[in-house]
Amino acid sequence: MSNEIQRNAGPRKVLAVASGGGHWVQLMRLRHAFEGCECTYISVNAEYAGEVSPAAFHLVPEANRETKLKLIYAALKILAVVLWQRPDVVVSTGAAHGYLAIRFAKLIGAKTMFIDSIANAEQLSLSGQLAVAHADMMLTQWPELSDGDGIQYRGSIL
Amino acid sequence: MIFVTVGTQLPFDRLVRSVDEWAAEAGETNVFAQTGASQYTPSHISSMKFLGVKEFDRKVSQADLLVSHAGMGSIITAMEMSKPIVVMPRLARFDEHRNDHQLATVNRFRKLSNVFVAESEEELGRAIDEALAANVSESQENHDAREALISSISRFIDSAGPQMSFSA
Repeated sequence: MSNEIQRNAGPRKVLAVASGGGHWVQLMRLRHAFEGCECTYISVNAEYAGEVSPAAFHLVPEANRETKLKLIYAALKILAVVLWQRPDVVVSTGAAHGYLAIRFAKLIGAKTMFIDSIANAEQLSLSGQLAVAHADMMLTQWPELSDGDGIQYRGSIL
Repeated sequence: MIFVTVGTQLPFDRLVRSVDEWAAEAGETNVFAQTGASQYTPSHISSMKFLGVKEFDRKVSQADLLVSHAGMGSIITAMEMSKPIVVMPRLARFDEHRNDHQLATVNRFRKLSNVFVAESEEELGRAIDEALAANVSESQENHDAREALISSISRFIDSAGPQMSFSA
């Protein structure tokens, strides 16, 4: 039995994760960034699958800190996708689903980016605050919220 | 056609009722409302509780004006489709949302050329009139900010090493 390290050359595998509503809309506004990549999407509405087809889409339940059981179920499903797909990069526009994906992605050594929603104009969202310790890059869409340290501004979707 | 939406998650009876009353007074019949979980059933405008994504997109593109809760999805959709939008913030004290972050949202986005704010039912008529009279387009500033963010994400992805896999 021999152990061989194989490097995957070729297009980067990206896992793009968004909760529903504005989170998904913002992810769609940014998908140009995934051109040339093998992209898999995770979100909460079956109808979103059509927007990204033929890219793979995995459906998870809407969930937030107030719906603990759904959050656990969503976490298990996201973990399964991360372990199975083994993405090189995880990009999320939030919220809780993005935080979970980033935590799990660190287990496989993937690089992770969390883009806080443009709706969070006064301070980073709760998911963002939790993710900042784990994500390789944390972006806010409001320049005044960048702190020159962990939270950076690189532009916005509007 | 004026397209009204309250989003898919929470009721917003105050908005639906205000638009219904405005339509009656203004004699405006070409109004369609997606009322979601709201209890109030309008009597002067057409409505439906939920729309599929395709149907929703169709209504948006046919609309001359959007009227909505101050949700990010609605505001972004309006900008993408170059539609004027009147937004009314949900308020926590009426159980319209968990907190008052929609107030922060309207304060941030009222400066966009296509966004008009009605903070209360009384302001709705004026906001609708202003919105219908306005000329709407995306600014170069907005375009550049989005391109910059997309480039950053692209560079981040490129800089990530490919995943290593072991075979035995």
